[in-house]
Amino acid sequence: MAEDVFDAIIVGAGVAGSSAAYRLAKAGLQVVLIERGPFPGSKNLSGGVLYGRVLHDLIPNFWESAPVERVITNQVVSFLTADSSVNLDFKTETFNQPPYNGFTVLRARFDRWLAEQAEAAGAMLVPGIKVDGVVKRDGKVVGISADNEEMLAKVVIAADGANSFIAQQAGLRDKIPTGHAAVGVKEVIGLPREVIEERFHLNGNEGTAYNIVGFATRGVPGGGFLYTNQESLSVGLVIHLEAMVERQLKPAEIFEDFLVHPMIAPLIKGGKLLEYGAHLVPEGGLKMMPPLAADGLLLVGDAAGFGVNNGFVVRGMDLAIGSAVAAAETIIEAQAADDFSAARLQSYPSRLEKSFVMQDMRTYARAVDFMKNERLFEAYPALLSNILADIYRQEAQPKKNLVPTLLKNLKASKISLLDLLKDALAGGRAL
Amino acid sequence: MNRLPVTEKLAVNKYELDEGHPHIAVNEEVCRAKCKNLACLYVCPANVYSEQNGRIMADWAGCLECGTCLVACPSDALQWVYPRGGFGVIYRSG
Repeated sequence: MAEDVFDAIIVGAGVAGSSAAYRLAKAGLQVVLIERGPFPGSKNLSGGVLYGRVLHDLIPNFWESAPVERVITNQVVSFLTADSSVNLDFKTETFNQPPYNGFTVLRARFDRWLAEQAEAAGAMLVPGIKVDGVVKRDGKVVGISADNEEMLAKVVIAADGANSFIAQQAGLRDKIPTGHAAVGVKEVIGLPREVIEERFHLNGNEGTAYNIVGFATRGVPGGGFLYTNQESLSVGLVIHLEAMVERQLKPAEIFEDFLVHPMIAPLIKGGKLLEYGAHLVPEGGLKMMPPLAADGLLLVGDAAGFGVNNGFVVRGMDLAIGSAVAAAETIIEAQAADDFSAARLQSYPSRLEKSFVMQDMRTYARAVDFMKNERLFEAYPALLSNILADIYRQEAQPKKNLVPTLLKNLKASKISLLDLLKDALAGGRAL
Repeated sequence: MNRLPVTEKLAVNKYELDEGHPHIAVNEEVCRAKCKNLACLYVCPANVYSEQNGRIMADWAGCLECGTCLVACPSDALQWVYPRGGFGVIYRSG
């Protein structure tokens, strides 16, 4: 008896896995979507905003039926010192028009919905099964094994997240080096809808996203975030692992200090802790990117290391969906040609090169190193806050104009003019 | 709600405990022979690891499954896999 061979097996029903499954099922392919959690989303956690244009291309007007939380109309960048904050607060009504710029989402709900769309399109969803590894024959990936059973397919998509044991087991990459990883910690804090809308000056379903740089991480490269959901806040930190290990800091302790900071404490005041979670964040950018296609195997989303953090925005989900669509279209083409060879699947990376996914990874390639510049986390927030303190402080003493105030503070900050110019130029090019 | 200990934070979460099937094992011989920084003791957001009487213990039931310990461990002393299908932390918000 001939073995059943599916067209594609997708490991992991996160936004990448379910998007790929949806696209493939829509094209009529026989797809199996395997999820280790009891339901899609149950293992997933995000510290980002869903910039939804790419999902709108895949599922038009998805926000009408998807469990999105709030439309992000306010984007704030905060520079924090131990006792001060300087905010750049941007609000625009233009982000409140369909197809909308970004949404907050809670992944346990959102990913479940997305997997249901894939299922409705014809994909077979198998939750509660942990895939142990890929099955190889003659060096080619021909399926997966789980609980000592094999399931075969023409191609496997590894959408199993930042740790991607599938990609590791298949020999495409090793575990992430500490220099290329960050740990994300997050609390979801419940507050009544009216309190959130009043506290953050929101009308109806508008939402705010804060990106916080500086004291948030005690000077360690990384940053904080605070997003408004319908009836909760998502608050967290992303901390680079290498510096944390060197300084022997505990993420849970840094996080607690952040939550009692005078800028953050009043925003979360009176809230009830609903959930505490953690997640590994691939931060290596192009430097850690493994081969994205092998014989019978494609990597998408976090498993491939797609992510952008330029201080203003934290992106992962849109790149995950973009990569999943590119992978699915590669497979649809391979199916039509009845050719799943490594050579044919190499059109996946070239497809990505032409899409916003790899182009944005290149545009922000230098942001990875720039965002590790320690001056960004201590010296610059302090300089900004000291200048503003001088401008606003009135002590019945003669004041100085802006230029001498800036120069005095720059001198006191011990940042050399050369470093400042270098950083300004590097930042302008990297971000 | 501030200054909440990690154990109390974890107590709010939902877990499906896979009793008798630990998904983390510490190879203490490797720790003793090779480890210079004991990174697992401080990088874990769930404080899964502790040192008791000179031994590294893993209280795996509270694990958030992020994998940070595995990445940070300098001596590959951790045998760390995801819990069996359906078990472990179950995020309700995420």
